[in-house]
Amino acid sequence: MNKLLQLDTSRHTRLPGMKKPVLAVGVGLLILLLIIANFTLNDYYLRLINLVGINIILVVSLNLTNGYTGIFSLGHAGFMAVGAYTTALLTYPLARKPLLFPQMPEWLQQTELPFPVAMLIGGLIAVICSFVIGLSVLKLRGHYLAVSTMGFMVIINVLASNLTDITRGKSGISGLPKISNIWWVYALVAITIYFVWRLLHSSYGRAMLAIREDDLAAEAMGVKVVRHKMLAFAAGAFFAAIGGSLYGHLITSINPSMFSYSMTFNLVLMLVIGGSGTLPGAVLGAILVTLIPELLLNKLERGIELFGFQLPQMYGVSQVLMSAALIITIILRPKGLLGK
Amino acid sequence: MVYSADYIIQQLVNGLGLGSVYALIAIGYTLVYGILRLINFAHGDLLMIGSYAAMAFTLNLLLPFPVAILLSIAVTVMIGLVVERAAYRPLRSKPEETTLVTSFAVSILIQNLATMILSPQPRSFQVPAYLSNMVELGGIDFSVMNIAIIGLSALLLIALTMFIKKTKLGIAMRATAENMNASVLMGVNINSIVRTAFIIGAALAAVAGVMNAGRYGRIEPMMGFVPGLKAFVAAVIGGIGSLPGAAIGGLILGFGEILFVGFLPPELSAYKDAFVFLALIVVLFIKPTGIFGKAEDRRV
Repeated sequence: MNKLLQLDTSRHTRLPGMKKPVLAVGVGLLILLLIIANFTLNDYYLRLINLVGINIILVVSLNLTNGYTGIFSLGHAGFMAVGAYTTALLTYPLARKPLLFPQMPEWLQQTELPFPVAMLIGGLIAVICSFVIGLSVLKLRGHYLAVSTMGFMVIINVLASNLTDITRGKSGISGLPKISNIWWVYALVAITIYFVWRLLHSSYGRAMLAIREDDLAAEAMGVKVVRHKMLAFAAGAFFAAIGGSLYGHLITSINPSMFSYSMTFNLVLMLVIGGSGTLPGAVLGAILVTLIPELLLNKLERGIELFGFQLPQMYGVSQVLMSAALIITIILRPKGLLGK
Repeated sequence: MVYSADYIIQQLVNGLGLGSVYALIAIGYTLVYGILRLINFAHGDLLMIGSYAAMAFTLNLLLPFPVAILLSIAVTVMIGLVVERAAYRPLRSKPEETTLVTSFAVSILIQNLATMILSPQPRSFQVPAYLSNMVELGGIDFSVMNIAIIGLSALLLIALTMFIKKTKLGIAMRATAENMNASVLMGVNINSIVRTAFIIGAALAAVAGVMNAGRYGRIEPMMGFVPGLKAFVAAVIGGIGSLPGAAIGGLILGFGEILFVGFLPPELSAYKDAFVFLALIVVLFIKPTGIFGKAEDRRV
């Protein structure tokens, strides 16, 4: 009981020592930097910056369930796939649709929606999925929940690989319009962070934190446990779908293997390394774990010259180092870099 | 469509073979879970290690197949123990989510290390001719390998049951699974119990890995992950923590999968993995403790 009374929500969410004007200046500077980046950087770096933003959306929303509510979901990649596929199918240009999807139902073949509308529909479908899956698994705890949400991801993956009329199976859908740019991505980053921040400071957020600390005690205090878990799960699913949509329209092609175990693992990696249960931690984790493999480790995979030695090509070395980093983080700093 | 009686019997034996493999893997999950409340995602990757080791011993050192299997068990057990010591022991008192993430990380680490060292290319896995032949029993052809898999699995299951029921170490294992704190007070050395669970699990996983590789005829660094997950589903269906549950769960899954592949239209058999996990979600919804599992009390 004591634990619940001592629960201090502010330390989980508020940036320490940061007042409103400071925050405004910081956000302004960030926007300015993004504008400068947009006009000076080449496509490779811009894509990387967008990838960072998308991962921030994904990790901040994963944090809602895994970090704040203590329901350990491994299904985020599944919800991403739902969002990515829905948006891709709804925004695909009418002119090329019958060529690419000859077997598709006619109404879908005749539909082309604007990106934001399609993205919203994708998010809503993900929320519906989260209700279906949540009603059966949210009363479970710990690893049962983790594995059944992973099961959901596998089911979505199998569907995406086999409903070939609509998804084109394992070969995936290519030639998506490239819509995700810095403005779309970072506007949605801002919306996601704002939403999560507000949610945490509402009575819902406090109930979620109480459930994480001790679900029995929370229930005894009158918190509707399943309802609040459901809320966190659904909100997480919605933003996962948004992230998935943006991801698809950044890479401009999607296939089932993009939304599989390694995606799930990378998101969990970002959250745990950054510090699960903290907003700055989630953001930092997303930034670090996106940039480090891309900028440093990929060169190692291709084989580089180091101090005069020619290192051989080491396919897989980046995942080896990242998973080792995760294990070491968990053992030495279990709360992550910014966790308290 | 009408199936001949021969076909049905052959498929049943196939299901029994596949189910035995799942059962052996599921036991590794259940033993470790029963004692540590840890779902060891990396357990499936021990299959891969076992089969690569067996291939190296037969192809490079030209050892006879049974000797190669024994040596590959030794290699796999050693790696299982290293993982336990390096990654899981420092986290023994941590929440279950933490250890779950760690085991996921260990799994990715092993897979990618194998990719790095052994190359991502699949290799063909040859079993000796006496295993790949067919044998005629009562007018129906069976593959010798399937019969060997079923026989060996049955033997191992009986041996394990005897071990758990009769030996001092086995009794200590059951006591630890029942109540770890009480068994520590009774003088049980937890570390040696955990080690034993990992040794048995890894040994069975190595055998299952060789069986799996023999069935499919090829091996690759990622080969263990999905069978590992399915065996975990089997353990949950049977009731995680229960040995007979793991065996029964494995058999149910094996028969279910063969039913899908052997008797349903091919369009549907591509969905078999989805149905495995659908089964998991349904079981958890209806009876989260599985067939043989006991409900865990939560003390306030």
